[in-house]
Amino acid sequence: MAAKAGMTMAERILARAAGRARVKPGEFVTAKVDLVMANDAQFPQSCKALEDIGLKKVFDPDRIVVVIDHWVPANTPMVAEMHRGIRAQVKELGIRHFYDAGVGIEHKVIPEKGHALPGQLIVGSDSHSTTYGALGAASTGIGLTELAYVMYTGKLWFQVPPTIRFNLTGRLARGVSPKDLMLALLARHTTQVAQYKSVEFGGPAAAAMDMEGRLTLANISSEMGAKFSMFAADATTLAYLHARTEAPVHAFGPEDDAEYEAVHGIDCSTVEPQVAAPHKPDNVKNVSEFASVRVDQAFIGSCTNAHAGDLQRAAAIMKGRKVAAGTRFLVIPASHEVMVEAMKNGSLAVLVEAGAMVGTPGCGPCAGGSTGVLGPGETGIASTNRNFKGRGGSTESFLYLASPETVAASAIEGRIADPRKYLPGGMQ
Amino acid sequence: MSLVVRGRAWKFGDDINTDYMAPGFVKNQPWELVKKAILHVHPGFTAGFRPGDVIVAGENFGCGSSREAAPANLKRLEVGCVVAESFGRIFLRNSIAIAFPVLICKGISRAFEEGEQLELDFDRSLVKNLTRGTELAGTPLPPELVRIVAAGGMMQLLKQEAAAAAR
Ligand code: SF4
Repeated sequence: MAAKAGMTMAERILARAAGRARVKPGEFVTAKVDLVMANDAQFPQSCKALEDIGLKKVFDPDRIVVVIDHWVPANTPMVAEMHRGIRAQVKELGIRHFYDAGVGIEHKVIPEKGHALPGQLIVGSDSHSTTYGALGAASTGIGLTELAYVMYTGKLWFQVPPTIRFNLTGRLARGVSPKDLMLALLARHTTQVAQYKSVEFGGPAAAAMDMEGRLTLANISSEMGAKFSMFAADATTLAYLHARTEAPVHAFGPEDDAEYEAVHGIDCSTVEPQVAAPHKPDNVKNVSEFASVRVDQAFIGSCTNAHAGDLQRAAAIMKGRKVAAGTRFLVIPASHEVMVEAMKNGSLAVLVEAGAMVGTPGCGPCAGGSTGVLGPGETGIASTNRNFKGRGGSTESFLYLASPETVAASAIEGRIADPRKYLPGGMQ
Repeated sequence: MSLVVRGRAWKFGDDINTDYMAPGFVKNQPWELVKKAILHVHPGFTAGFRPGDVIVAGENFGCGSSREAAPANLKRLEVGCVVAESFGRIFLRNSIAIAFPVLICKGISRAFEEGEQLELDFDRSLVKNLTRGTELAGTPLPPELVRIVAAGGMMQLLKQEAAAAAR
């Protein structure tokens, strides 16, 4: 008789959280969550939904993290009032892990402050909550009613997803970064490849990738429809977390003989700088195809690509150069910690000298919530994750997605540009 | 008690995302403005929609952000239901959580032209094209999820559960 197939990371985590020995894709389970992330876009309404049915407590205040990041600093009196409400709510509910405006974007802050751990089941009130899979957690997004439910009960229904695996081999060339890799995967496999599925990134290039790169991939996997997107927790993960939490952390991965619905491979060395054209993240081509596209605004920011390393690589390209006349260059570090690091290592100075406008750590114009939106007829290029019509401003604007390097090169030229020619030492 | 929805179908293609149903640019605006922006990518919809009409869509309906305002706006607009080839994951969850009927049904795009009459028998996961007299089976939801919708949504269910626990 054939041995029983092993479990993928998603299956292992859901089985544990549902109190079962094993689970199979397609099964529905009720599982206890280890962590709940709530942001200013949903937390207030979720609290209200609970109050509306007479409930005013949460299952475990220490397992809920609240972040204010979508509209920071408050841009209207209504938002200011909403933020004030959140500050009062977290006090009342006894939630200690609260990060006020300016600390950073939730998907940067949760890893940075050591809240997401390998093997955990996490839900967040945001579709890019898949990001914490970079640390080996099964993490996914929910809406406000489910947020209310899970904040009160600590549990939620899940359908066990099948898992697809991407084996990453080879090395990314200079001037090419994990964002390009992800856009290349979207180009090949489309936004539907991971619908309702869990994604595992593996192979030598995944093992060699630093935490920032993993966070970028796990983040934008949401654009593939992924429910979870995970990297095995290895030495890189443990080193990252040991600096950030006292909690015990252990390596975590799939079982050896785990069964995947599909396994795809990609040789990273073949990836060139990629650009996603309006209005879909998988409308992707090589950067050279867009050389004639003029840009009104170039934006480096968002939970996808505003890490310290992102700013540093952009700065290497901008060094000694200026933003093109007629183009606006906007830089918003993902967190306060990133901003401090970018100040200390000099990358922020380079970007500001080149002509960047620098914003408060937070979401900025990524979802059209804060300042920096595009007007009708305008074209932008951004290191963000979605270029849906109207997302970053007017429905009559055009948004291209690219790596921080490509955004920086485009700011220099005022049109979409290949970052490789601006690398120190040239294209080689 | 079974949930049956009947209405005139509006058709949408693949990858209709939540930004189209709850655009950032009308957030916190009065409902009269929001209403006009919902599903603005379909030129006829904003002007021609009548309460009770239903939506037939392609793959990945409701992909994108976690904003519950997406299904909530459709519900408030009085869209009867959405039947699609497939849904964005969170959109499906959010719809169930607020008791807005949705059904996954392979082949639905080909089974309907815009304006045809649709009937959804939610509990049995069955769709009829009343204009053509044809019928299609969708993917049934497990009983736990049907129970959430039958209770009127997750908050109603929680209210019942909390009341039962207090007793
Ligand atoms: S940066 Fe953009 S994608 Fe990330 S959480 Fe904020 S609005 Fe969402």
